Amino acid sequence: MEYEVVIGLEIHLELQTQSKLFCSCSTSFGKEPNTNCCPVCLGLPGSLPVFNRKAIELAVTAALALNSSVQLNSRFDRKNYHYPDLPKAYQVSQYEKPIALGGCLELEIDDQVKKVNLERVHLEEEAGKLIHSGDSIIGSDYSKVDYNRAGIPLLEIVTKPDLCSGHEARLFLEELRMLLLYSGASDCKMEEGSLRCDANISLRPMGSKQLGTKAEVKNMNSFKAVEMALNYEAERQRQILISGGSVIQQTCHWDEEEKVTVPLRSKEGSSDYRYFPEPDLLPLLLEEKEVNIIKSVLPESPMDRRLRFQKEYGLAKSEASLFTSNRPLGEYFEIVALKYKDYSNLARWIQGDYLYQLREAGKSESALEPDKLVELLNLLDNGDINRPVAKELLAEMVRSGESPSRLVNEKGLKQISGHDMLLPLVEKVINENPDAVNNYLGGKEKALKFLIGQVMALSGGRADPGEVKKMLISKIAE
Amino acid sequence: MAIDFRKDVEHVAKLARLELTKTEKETMAGQLSDILDTARRIQELDTEGIEPTSHVIDFPATMREDEVGASLPLNRVLQNAPKRDNDFFRVPRIAKSGNDGQ
Ligand SMILES: [Zn+2]
Repeated sequence: MEYEVVIGLEIHLELQTQSKLFCSCSTSFGKEPNTNCCPVCLGLPGSLPVFNRKAIELAVTAALALNSSVQLNSRFDRKNYHYPDLPKAYQVSQYEKPIALGGCLELEIDDQVKKVNLERVHLEEEAGKLIHSGDSIIGSDYSKVDYNRAGIPLLEIVTKPDLCSGHEARLFLEELRMLLLYSGASDCKMEEGSLRCDANISLRPMGSKQLGTKAEVKNMNSFKAVEMALNYEAERQRQILISGGSVIQQTCHWDEEEKVTVPLRSKEGSSDYRYFPEPDLLPLLLEEKEVNIIKSVLPESPMDRRLRFQKEYGLAKSEASLFTSNRPLGEYFEIVALKYKDYSNLARWIQGDYLYQLREAGKSESALEPDKLVELLNLLDNGDINRPVAKELLAEMVRSGESPSRLVNEKGLKQISGHDMLLPLVEKVINENPDAVNNYLGGKEKALKFLIGQVMALSGGRADPGEVKKMLISKIAE
Repeated sequence: MAIDFRKDVEHVAKLARLELTKTEKETMAGQLSDILDTARRIQELDTEGIEPTSHVIDFPATMREDEVGASLPLNRVLQNAPKRDNDFFRVPRIAKSGNDGQ
């Protein structure tokens, strides 16, 4: 029997605030352990939480970016469970009335637009960080806890089971990450744990409407790990089903070393969390006006930008994608494009030589003043310099920030062009290389290349190779 | 009401990591039964069309600006820690039991 894979994702995202969700402790990463803690985020008796306005705004921003319907009246609940990373023995989260419902994200998969629907978006507090003394969660003797992270605003995004492979899950996460980066809600740094993803995965007979028994996969620490873990788990379940067995509902950890999923514990029912309304926090009431203000300043989405770059500048899809995924480079392109109208030529230079030279020099995307790039391209277009010289100049400009016309004058790089200037060089080369001329006349194209090279060398690289080629051909034919 | 709540008490005690004696369990089962009886009587009221009340105060939550303030000094943070390992809280291994939420 043929099976299809059904995947839903739960994404956790730390919002980009300065202070925590319910107290004014700093959220900055990498501080000495337990130094960003106060009575509120340590859960000391008698302390009371107060909402961080910015966290709410960023949650709304992210929800709007995800086309999720922002709820003007939402509520916080206590999710009760015992785990040492949770100082209060409950997590303040949203259960019954989340801040946003529904939503979707469109992404391109193999040239097809796929719409992935969302279940909900809700706000909660981050837990502390556990450091296991042994090599793994199961083998450790004891654990150490750092509560610096506890209480950082965390957004949970839950998708519908709309994804059908590890590859799709990865593409979805990449698009989601870019969208949320663009929105400014989070820095989405997976390596610092500010973006994390768990997955629910099950198989069902192709065409069936009913969902199969699922496994929850955790501990996937990169997009690549998500893809590998889900492909592995799908195959594991397929083997069980093919051999007539049945999948049991469980939570697995992705073992990055062994590249396998390892069952962790049987999943407790959600009623065991004994959710109830958080008595210390009043309901979160938003005004439509506030939500509309946030909506009005929402930045363009990556998908919109990709389409606009293709439409407005006539760029190829790959170029538009590059200028979207490398946002500062795209912004640089747009600034230069205000003054230089051959957009496809500009795109080629920026994604080619310019980007290369930036990397070589270790500089940021906007390192070169836009006017200087315009000046360089104009010099080239007007025939004042040739292409190899332009490339060389660009490297120098990125390094030193020098203006191209000054460099041209200083180094005497102006192009040698026109019949009168080139003719003496062409004639000299023909006279000094009779063998090559004969070889060319005998049909050897390579010989012509050699002759062009000789003329270029004589010109100090300042001639236009195209023009040299034409002159050589006509001169030899005389 | 003849419903025996001892199983429920045991379940909740386990979730709360509490160890109860047999007598305590019996006492609490009786108390739980009384509490739920009262709840049952309240449930007889007609609440059709009335929004469930989660909070009795009727105004929006207050907000603070996103500004960093002082945290506690480390010795105060760790003052109540049953065990510590340098600047960390030290806790028993969690192994396979328990729950890591989210
Ligand atoms: Zn705090």
